[in-house]
Amino acid sequence: MTRTFTDLHLRANLGDQKATQQLINKASRFGYSRISIPFTSRLDEDEEAKLKTMCRDASLDFVSRADFCPKSENELTRFLRKFRRRFEVICITCSNKEVARQAAKDRRVDLLNFNSLDQRKRFFDPAEAELASESLAALEVDVKPLLILEGPPRVRLLTSLRREIIVAREFSVPVVVSSGVGEEKLMRTPKDMAGLAYLFGLDEASSLDAVSINPSVIVERNREKLGSRFVAPGIRIVKEGKQLETG
Amino acid sequence: MKRVKRRYLALQVESEAQPTEREFVDAVWAAVTRLYGEVGASQTSLSLIDIDLESKVAVIRISLATFNMVKASLTTITSIAGKEASVRVLSVSGTIKALCSSVR
Repeated sequence: MTRTFTDLHLRANLGDQKATQQLINKASRFGYSRISIPFTSRLDEDEEAKLKTMCRDASLDFVSRADFCPKSENELTRFLRKFRRRFEVICITCSNKEVARQAAKDRRVDLLNFNSLDQRKRFFDPAEAELASESLAALEVDVKPLLILEGPPRVRLLTSLRREIIVAREFSVPVVVSSGVGEEKLMRTPKDMAGLAYLFGLDEASSLDAVSINPSVIVERNREKLGSRFVAPGIRIVKEGKQLETG
Repeated sequence: MKRVKRRYLALQVESEAQPTEREFVDAVWAAVTRLYGEVGASQTSLSLIDIDLESKVAVIRISLATFNMVKASLTTITSIAGKEASVRVLSVSGTIKALCSSVR
């Protein structure tokens, strides 16, 4: 079976159309078949349509994604209520423990991202992983910090990531490896990204899954849910019949 | 004595500038040393076989046991001789002959 590769976190500057186009073209050249450029503050439907067209021209499948960094549980719930049905992937950057626990519990959250370099602010511990495994949320790891950091900060980050991967594996939480880059020069091929995952303890098969199967499963599941034929988990409209006349 | 298994890697250097052979080798060694230290780097048996400065394709030889280490280190290269650059693996093989035919 040929793997199809996904990068769910390309941080393109949507204001700079030329740079965005270059990123998309490079992703296509590098062998990705599906990419996502997150919206952070607002949803601009024109921009989304433009991105979809650019991706289609480069033979890529565009996945709509929203990133949010809530400060409290209430803010998170409000955000999910407002945006869940408008985006295919929802990623929550957990800035405090309260938000991290609620995000892991909530079935509407797809990806949990901990971008702090401070070990105490990375809340992916066994309790968090247990909640995430029940709600089907995945742990997202961006490789950008591994490329730009050097020395002790990179050592600390690798230590945290290695610990988080062990916990994720123990509780069967899927891991998604994304680039998290906005500059063309920092983009890497899917296999190189999988190679970087070796640094924090993913074996070859798991690291390839983290850039192919795991993100694809999330996208497919949500596309089905957002489709018009979805009724409830496990129930969908297969065929519509004619209404029977009575009397 | 047990024969050391090796792997040959074809690499594409992506850079606007044209790095020299020395600059490229230094960048690769620096990346491996940064990530794995001097002891780790010494275990890789890394050596440059050939580099085509025109097409920016290089061939290096490493020991099979440290393949994953070198691959991860190559991915972390973000500059060569102070200029923005990246290195990606084009192909991997056990012999130079097979590597050349897969790159062509």
